[in-house]
Amino acid sequence: MPDTQVAAAPRQLAPRASATTAPARLPATARKPAAQRWRRFASPLVLVVLWQAASMAGLIPPRTLAAPTTVLASTWELIETGELPYHLLVSLGRVLTGFTLGVTTGAALALVAGLSRLGEEVVDAPMQMLRTMPFLALVPLFILWFGIGETPKIALVALGATFPVYLTLFAGIRGTDPKLAEAARVFGLDRRGLIRHVILPGALPSALVGLRYALGSAWLSLVIAEQINATAGIGFLINDAREFLRTDVIVVGLVVYALLGLGADALVRLVERRALAWRPGLLKA
Amino acid sequence: MDMHAPAFATHDPLRVRNLTRRFGENTVLDALNLDLAPGSFTALLGRSGSGKTTLLRTLAGLDEAPHEARLDLPRPAAVVFQEPRLLPWKKVWQNVVLGLPSAGARRRAAQALTEVGLDHRQDVWPATLSGGEAQRAALARALVREPRLLLLDEPFAALDALTRIRMHALVLDLWRHHGPTTLIVTHDVDEAVLLADRVLVLDGGRIAADIAVDLPRPRAHADAGFAALRRRLLTELGVDQQEAA
Repeated sequence: MPDTQVAAAPRQLAPRASATTAPARLPATARKPAAQRWRRFASPLVLVVLWQAASMAGLIPPRTLAAPTTVLASTWELIETGELPYHLLVSLGRVLTGFTLGVTTGAALALVAGLSRLGEEVVDAPMQMLRTMPFLALVPLFILWFGIGETPKIALVALGATFPVYLTLFAGIRGTDPKLAEAARVFGLDRRGLIRHVILPGALPSALVGLRYALGSAWLSLVIAEQINATAGIGFLINDAREFLRTDVIVVGLVVYALLGLGADALVRLVERRALAWRPGLLKA
Repeated sequence: MDMHAPAFATHDPLRVRNLTRRFGENTVLDALNLDLAPGSFTALLGRSGSGKTTLLRTLAGLDEAPHEARLDLPRPAAVVFQEPRLLPWKKVWQNVVLGLPSAGARRRAAQALTEVGLDHRQDVWPATLSGGEAQRAALARALVREPRLLLLDEPFAALDALTRIRMHALVLDLWRHHGPTTLIVTHDVDEAVLLADRVLVLDGGRIAADIAVDLPRPRAHADAGFAALRRRLLTELGVDQQEAA
């Protein structure tokens, strides 16, 4: 972290003096006190305990929802047999491939539309029309086009990731502060320099928000895609468990989905913290 | 001219002939002629909407000049805007050398920032600078290009009075050391008289008044000639003395 000392107010007497007299702010990496952090986990924990108690008292039959202890035991079993790691890898592979494809497509289209008038006319109108359609409604068509193998699953994930990235990056590029662009032009930046030093860094905050949306959308697409005749993957694990009324395995699958989504989100936030260190909000956080 | 005027102002003069700018029905600049001596410090006054900024933008090359106009402009030119316009995602020193070749950039940035008294803030993000500091950085960004024409577009309008006083001294200091032909657009009569050798009043799209400021530097409001000049300029700007007092 660079010097995070902040001049207390713009109306200071001497700029030099301000640097030494302004109160030093906490480093941006400072965390909430531990007690406060743990308090957040208290209420979910109570809920799990209540769930366990209700299961043990027979209020929740295992056919409706397995007890937390059963879920834990099943998790261990699924890990030990190698079933869970296998399906997890398959699902991760689908998301990674589809997400990469989608982000690349979305970013490429946004660059074309954002950086040229002609590009906007060609690309933006169809994209805006397509985005209003719930893309999951394309599943039947995808099955007809791509069959029931890996392709429609990956295509669906890619499609889910494309639109958020396209929309936010396009908006970010078009949201460039014209005053900054003008100043950069006065100081000798050509069009390439302008794109590299002004337009793209300026669009980054918006694009990263898009990336988080894209991740969420990709997971959602994965869940739907894995209901299409899958023979592997977390979705298959859940569907298969349904056939045998194994609510414990279904819950394991759901928890894995949730954890994956959480992890991915944390990853993007980490990227955000590093890439957007210059933002006043983050400087003071 | 006072004795502090730069000694090495040997480059070309600035010449503008027949500059007309229209926005729709509105004629902002009307066949304007302007000459600035090399290394001179000129202030351009005018009511809002008088075309001050339009003229400055044309001189900076930000707006295309019409064909019938003739412009001989010293180059390179550098601009300090009313807002600092620093790129928030680049460290202060990187902002200073934006658009310059990277060889030796760090050293040049450090030099320029030292000159404006910001050497201790080289490696911070612009968002952490105060208003005055940010405008100093913007000055450093202009100076590092060794401009022959320095254009200041109401650069201190957004600063508080105390910071502005320090900035005035700094700008004069830098002008003496580097000797660019300097034009400051301002709506502040006092600022114009404090800084410039010559004050122009823009009105009706033309230079309506051209007044030499023959006061020795450093100038103060209390100087004998100051009040007289101030009154004269206010009259040119159409301000009633009763109102002004």
